[in-house]
Amino acid sequence: MIPAPRFTDSVAELPTTKFGPSSLTWWGIIGFMIIEGAFFGLAFAAYFYLMGHEQGWPPEGRQAPNLLWGTLFTIVILLSEIPNSMVKKAARQRDVPTIRRLMPVIIGVGVVLLIIRGFEFNNLNCRWTDDAYSSIIWAILVLHTTHILTDWGDTVVLWALMMTDLGWEGRRLVDTDENSMYWRYVWLLWIPVYLLIYWVPRL
Amino acid sequence: MTPPDSIPQRIRAQDERLARERGTIARDGPDLRGAELEARLDRTWRRTPGIIGWLATVDHKEIGRRYIITALIFLALGGVLALAMRVQLARPDSALISPQRYNELFTMHGSTMMFLFAVPVMEGVAVYIIPLMVGTRSTTFPRLNAFSYFMYLFGGVMLWVAFLLNIGPDVGWFAYTPLSGPEFSPGKRADVWAQMITFTEVSALAAAVVLICTILKARAPGMTLARMPLFAWAMLVQAVMIVFAMPAVALCSSMLISDRLVGTNFYNAAEHGDALLWQHLFWFFGHPEVYIIFIPATGFVSVITETFCRRPVFAHAVVVLALISTGILAFGLWVHHMFATGLPRVGYSFYTSASMTVAIPTGLQIFCWLATIWDGRPRFQVPMLYVVAFIITFVIGGLTGVIIAAVPLDLELHDTYFIVAHFHYVLIGGAVFPLLGILTYWYPKITGRMMSETLGKISFWMVFLGFQLAFFPMHFSGLLGMPRRVYTYPAGLGLELPNLLSTIGAFIVALAVVIFVVNGIVSLYRGMIAPPNPWGAATLEWATTSPPPPYNFAHIPVVESNTPLWDVDGEMPVVTGLRVDEKETLLTTVVAAVPDLREPIPEASLWPFIASVAVGIVFVASIFSPWALAFGVVPCAIAIAAWFWPKEMKRHPEPVIS
Amino acid sequence: MMGRRGAVLSLPLLLAGCDYQTYQSIFSDASTEVHDFNILFVIFLIVCAIMYALVIGFLIAAIVRRSRTGPADVVEEGRHHQSNPAMRTGLIGWTALVGTGLMALAIASFFGDRSMANAAANEKLSVNVTGKQWWWDITYNSADASKMVRTANELHLPVDVPVHIYLKSDDVIHSFWVPSLAGKQDLIPGRDNDITLVPRKIGIYRGQCAEFCGADHAKMALIVNVDSYADFLKWWHHQLESAPAPTSPLTQAGYNFVTTRQCSSCHAIAGTPANGTVGPDLTHLASRRSIAAGAMPMSEGNLYGWVADPQSLKPGNHMPTIGLEPDQLHAVVAYLETLK
Repeated sequence: MIPAPRFTDSVAELPTTKFGPSSLTWWGIIGFMIIEGAFFGLAFAAYFYLMGHEQGWPPEGRQAPNLLWGTLFTIVILLSEIPNSMVKKAARQRDVPTIRRLMPVIIGVGVVLLIIRGFEFNNLNCRWTDDAYSSIIWAILVLHTTHILTDWGDTVVLWALMMTDLGWEGRRLVDTDENSMYWRYVWLLWIPVYLLIYWVPRL
Repeated sequence: MTPPDSIPQRIRAQDERLARERGTIARDGPDLRGAELEARLDRTWRRTPGIIGWLATVDHKEIGRRYIITALIFLALGGVLALAMRVQLARPDSALISPQRYNELFTMHGSTMMFLFAVPVMEGVAVYIIPLMVGTRSTTFPRLNAFSYFMYLFGGVMLWVAFLLNIGPDVGWFAYTPLSGPEFSPGKRADVWAQMITFTEVSALAAAVVLICTILKARAPGMTLARMPLFAWAMLVQAVMIVFAMPAVALCSSMLISDRLVGTNFYNAAEHGDALLWQHLFWFFGHPEVYIIFIPATGFVSVITETFCRRPVFAHAVVVLALISTGILAFGLWVHHMFATGLPRVGYSFYTSASMTVAIPTGLQIFCWLATIWDGRPRFQVPMLYVVAFIITFVIGGLTGVIIAAVPLDLELHDTYFIVAHFHYVLIGGAVFPLLGILTYWYPKITGRMMSETLGKISFWMVFLGFQLAFFPMHFSGLLGMPRRVYTYPAGLGLELPNLLSTIGAFIVALAVVIFVVNGIVSLYRGMIAPPNPWGAATLEWATTSPPPPYNFAHIPVVESNTPLWDVDGEMPVVTGLRVDEKETLLTTVVAAVPDLREPIPEASLWPFIASVAVGIVFVASIFSPWALAFGVVPCAIAIAAWFWPKEMKRHPEPVIS
Repeated sequence: MMGRRGAVLSLPLLLAGCDYQTYQSIFSDASTEVHDFNILFVIFLIVCAIMYALVIGFLIAAIVRRSRTGPADVVEEGRHHQSNPAMRTGLIGWTALVGTGLMALAIASFFGDRSMANAAANEKLSVNVTGKQWWWDITYNSADASKMVRTANELHLPVDVPVHIYLKSDDVIHSFWVPSLAGKQDLIPGRDNDITLVPRKIGIYRGQCAEFCGADHAKMALIVNVDSYADFLKWWHHQLESAPAPTSPLTQAGYNFVTTRQCSSCHAIAGTPANGTVGPDLTHLASRRSIAAGAMPMSEGNLYGWVADPQSLKPGNHMPTIGLEPDQLHAVVAYLETLK
């Protein structure tokens, strides 16, 4: 019925944690990145679709969003990659003290970014109920804000864990490495969002 | 690695102690096997009994059974709605059901069948079988799996409770704007529909990630991609399609809720929005959706054909390529749902060609199955009967699909009962028949007993012939001028006879389904006890008991061909060395399935359930106020953080996910 | 009559032995477009039938073959990893056949489409149809504004004259579909669509809204009268006439009611003070064949029922039930009956 086992190699000496594509959570995160990418990509497609209906973009009588806050946001988020890369490298080196020192920096930067984001919403020069143009730029900015918020929340929880003895475990270091990878995605995705909200209406 | 000096002394001491303890961990192998191994594995993997255990389980077999049973309940509910519609349509100028109620009926029927039955049942079967078929102990991310089931359940319950409270949706399962927008659908009906979408797409996306990671990373050693069973390929393609298609419906339904709740103007032509934006986004999801339903069914057909023809499917590589190309092509067809909307004609020709091209890989698969029957020695037990019914029925639907891919023909036939006939032929013929076959086939594995062959044959003939009676006349209803979504039709157009025949056929199908379900229930108690491999099949799920133990396999098998059980000679090669007293499985490399990592499997936990309740409350509340999203973030964040937070803060010699 | 192709299509129905009208279907073959459709449809049916026959033939042969006595490539005989080499050739041949068949059909479809599009070149007549929940607002265009005709739910078209119909919607998406005359085209708010057709047979045809548009979608029908050119002109000139003045006390009372009470806020009757544009134009109501976009046939009794309680006959439609006294009802219906 069930064939008897014929024993071959032992897998007992295989590691239980590895960085990069060997890690299972790496694949899970990539999966979610693709899902979010599809979501954003379709929102961008909707943006261009609605733009195709208009003579001018933004439509007659509307001002493009103020450049100041969006550009400030871009600068800060790009700069945040510096501590982010340092944390990623430290994770691969099991340098927990560095991680414990730098993650609050990133968390702080996140708070600053969210504050700037508030100013951005106030300076879009339109209300989401005004017309389809206003609706779509608000929607894209809200989507990206959700992105920032969730990764910020993840980082806070992860930092709390890293502050305990468990922070020295291989799994937590892999989590940290992957969290940094995800943060890269958050600012990478910001670039087309920034262009679509602030620059395409100026073309 | 950091130099040893910078690691605190305390941590270094812990590292050393844990390294010593690692040596004492019990692992499976020649020294720990047989009954003693099984007893210890059982203790490790078995879930606690009782309601808490039920809510907290992460056993893919249990979650898969839940999915299947819940989906079959929704199938029955959707079917009852269909019977009500058919009673109304049996005679012309009927006043049995009011127009408003009828509009709710077809909206609920379509939504239930598409979102609450068809996709979830495929997910459920896959979630149950895939880990067994690829030779591992669990799905990856089992807590996410549990969460996805609860999200599905809550979404379905919300929709049906709303329907029974008379605030159910009435805008069709496709909810075209501006009819479903704030101006023409006041109240909460359309919001209920849109939020049901949110629940079910979160569920489907989560399940898709679980399946992709399981199929790519958790296969048994030696199960290279080339040796992976066709059903696993089908589920991989389907899950990737879900990842790209579901965001489209999530986006458009969120934009709809936004238009309705906070006054955005995505679909409002008066403010430069566009009603067609909805159709593009919805059908960008909607067309792949039907392949998301169909492709797993082709996996079922491959499974059954291989086992009952006693040989692997002909031209395995061609079938894999056909699955992949169908999955890709399916994304290029959506405009064929919009041929009557007045878009530029030259663009339409592209979609006609693409819609016809997609028939080629499907046609290839059909050839391969027929060639397998030709080359093999088929045995016509119930599952194989369903394969034959599938070929006879689905191909008709595929051919009417070719007909309506032509724009000039579609302009007459679109939105008529000809289309209703077409999609029921492809969905029932192409997905439900294989599903009934596969449920019969895997029933012994899931329950440990065989279904009654006699009752199976009775329900088979009834459903096959009843289906033809119900749906073939609809081709004529459409050609005679009957549009869709009408609660009645005038006398004198020749519609009386086809509609009456359809109604009679529908009741025969319903009776057949009842008999099938009765068979399923009675066989639980009176069915023949099933051995591990009652059909003499080739794949790994049959290399363990029926039903499988909580840990699936005592030892992880090593695979050396694409028909493992047909090629081992009484002895199955296995790897050794996995932990016995903590939950652990093996991860292998993506293409060559070389052992790569030992991965702890999470313990049971109530947090996926709690998180799904929190998220569910936020979704339902946001039908009524946008503030629900703002306030609801906090409890959801807490639930999700608690989900990931380890239960105990001590370090273990080998990782444990508690 | 319909020719061999039409016979092929309608054979199963004739076998069913039922007596039916074809005024809402392709079987009436009443325009160039529908005639082209029928030809193309039969071509597709034949090709698809051949493909289906091949599949079923292969299936039957494969099933029958199992009772052969020779060896089979099955696990019981240890040959399950082999397969019949001729099958590989068969696979290639099958792919080529399917590909060629589909290409041929796609080309036929393309030519059919071109043929239908060209049928209505040089259109001579232009009509605006605006879809509203749940009726059709129709205006016949003319260079001379005084010659424009507004009516509702019923089209008159001259035979053999290409007509260009401009399609707009005031509310949700509807679909203009008169199956005997042409394929459908949607009426989408914010978009301008259009359809051209050439009716070839004099007769009366029925169409229906073919895109779900809400509560009374099933009762949004359209009657199309295809007349000779002379009859069509006569109809047009009659439409240009104002409503006749009331000649009896009863109809006078009805006229007073209709032009001073709620009716006139929605409806227009040419030559009277009633000039509401929200609802159908009633100037020649009584000469139409149906009431409320096909909800029921035009007759005095049905008019009574409709005016007394529109909500019970077409629930959710935008004409309120205002609760007329019996004598008011008699007067109004009597007046409406004069609006021929």
